[in-house]
Amino acid sequence: MALELEHGTAGTAVPSRLAPGVVTIVSLAGLLAVWWVAATLADSRVLPTPPEVAEAFWRDARTGELFFHLGMTLMRVAGAFAIAMAVGSAIGIFLGMNREANRFFDPWVILFLNVPALVLIVLAYIWFGLNEAAAIGAIAVNKIPNVVVTLREGARALDRDLEEMARVYRFSFARTLRHVVLPQLQPYFAAASRSGISLIWKIALVVELLGRSNGVGFQINLYFQLFDVAAILAYTLAFVAVMLIIEFLLVQPFEAHSTRWRPKRARG
Amino acid sequence: MSNLSKPIPPAGGRNALEVEIRGKTFRGADGEAVRAIETIAFEVAPASFATLIGPSGCGKTTTLRIILGLDEDYEGRLRLPDEGHGRIAAVFQEPRLLPWRTVEENVRLALSDDEAERDLDQLFAVLGLAEMRSRYPSELSLGLARRVALARAFAVRPSLLLLDEPFVSLDEQTATRLRKLLMDVWSARPTTALMVTHNLREAVQLSDRIIFLTERPSRVRGVHDIAKPRAERDTRWREATLSAIAKRYSGVL
Repeated sequence: MALELEHGTAGTAVPSRLAPGVVTIVSLAGLLAVWWVAATLADSRVLPTPPEVAEAFWRDARTGELFFHLGMTLMRVAGAFAIAMAVGSAIGIFLGMNREANRFFDPWVILFLNVPALVLIVLAYIWFGLNEAAAIGAIAVNKIPNVVVTLREGARALDRDLEEMARVYRFSFARTLRHVVLPQLQPYFAAASRSGISLIWKIALVVELLGRSNGVGFQINLYFQLFDVAAILAYTLAFVAVMLIIEFLLVQPFEAHSTRWRPKRARG
Repeated sequence: MSNLSKPIPPAGGRNALEVEIRGKTFRGADGEAVRAIETIAFEVAPASFATLIGPSGCGKTTTLRIILGLDEDYEGRLRLPDEGHGRIAAVFQEPRLLPWRTVEENVRLALSDDEAERDLDQLFAVLGLAEMRSRYPSELSLGLARRVALARAFAVRPSLLLLDEPFVSLDEQTATRLRKLLMDVWSARPTTALMVTHNLREAVQLSDRIIFLTERPSRVRGVHDIAKPRAERDTRWREATLSAIAKRYSGVL
């Protein structure tokens, strides 16, 4: 969406320059060409050509298998994302506003930031069993410390002047939260969710590989056993595509809407 | 609000604003105590406009913050014009608008729920903001942003209005225009008002009472009442008053 917008303005204002959309397409086509040439030269099962990957994609898409596994992974990503953002923001804002609590819990945050994802996943499965709750919980717990750290910075940077204004004009708690506090935290939410989504889906695949019987991670493990690199790439690219669609259709329009008050930077 | 020939409706509280601060101490970063205010006691009559004036760092803003209830760590007592029932409005040094809300939303958010839909057309028109209602604060000059802050303060129909150097860092022309706007809106519904300023000329032009403060730790150095109606305060009168004040309170200019 943003691409189209920029395409319009850049195209009319500076006709000689290539529109960013065109650049993106040419760039991706270049990558595809490099892959194709390399795969043709290698002529090996471990590096399939693009048509072979497309064929693997089509094979699993036709049976609906691909979409089922994509859906399962997406469900886990969405669940873990929602939990991590909600819990992480609440803790982060609390720590950012309460200096004593922050001093006490800061070592905990650092500890959890540095526990390897794999350890948390294995422990979750051992303690809570090989079930969906353990899987989603393990993904969320991996992400929560990042959200805490980001939102804690946001809460520390809250504007005292605006808070005082809200007090003088007797804003209710809900009004203060909605109109004064949350808009100030918006960039921190955006940063946390941006880095969050990409981290979460990578961890989700490991979680599925270790202890679930469906999802993209499970399929990749299966095709690894079968040594079917084309299918592995087909699943990976399909999921990357899904995440890009979410980025363009959900994240970017939301961000554009919530930052519409910012002075527009001069273009060109 | 715009029809000045109408009889002026009673506004604000029935009591005078009574301020009696018997001591205010700040604790510095190194733990050392700094006494900011020794004794500041004064009254502002109902529906009158008073000005606090004094050297930098003498506790003028601190006094306002105490009245606003933003600073409760002091000795002394306060009596608000209607004992805390009415609303207090403040115009801060910085406009303190929410950058992510439009001009109109910034003003309306200050209204209570039962007044939320009130007609603000006249207020915006008087302040010259009619065209600016859907703009965001980042699109406004400082002078316009200050007008929005004034609109917000008057929109809540306060029983007490506090202004902290509302015309500082504006060019003289803009400041003069804003002072006139302030007086237009205030005269339409005079409420008890207290303004902090550095500018004696401004104080003489706007106030019914000027309260002079000493250096830190501050005390009241003197109170100067002005009975002359604002409409009759011409340049000659102002210059004469300024020099009379300068003679009495040497060093204030």
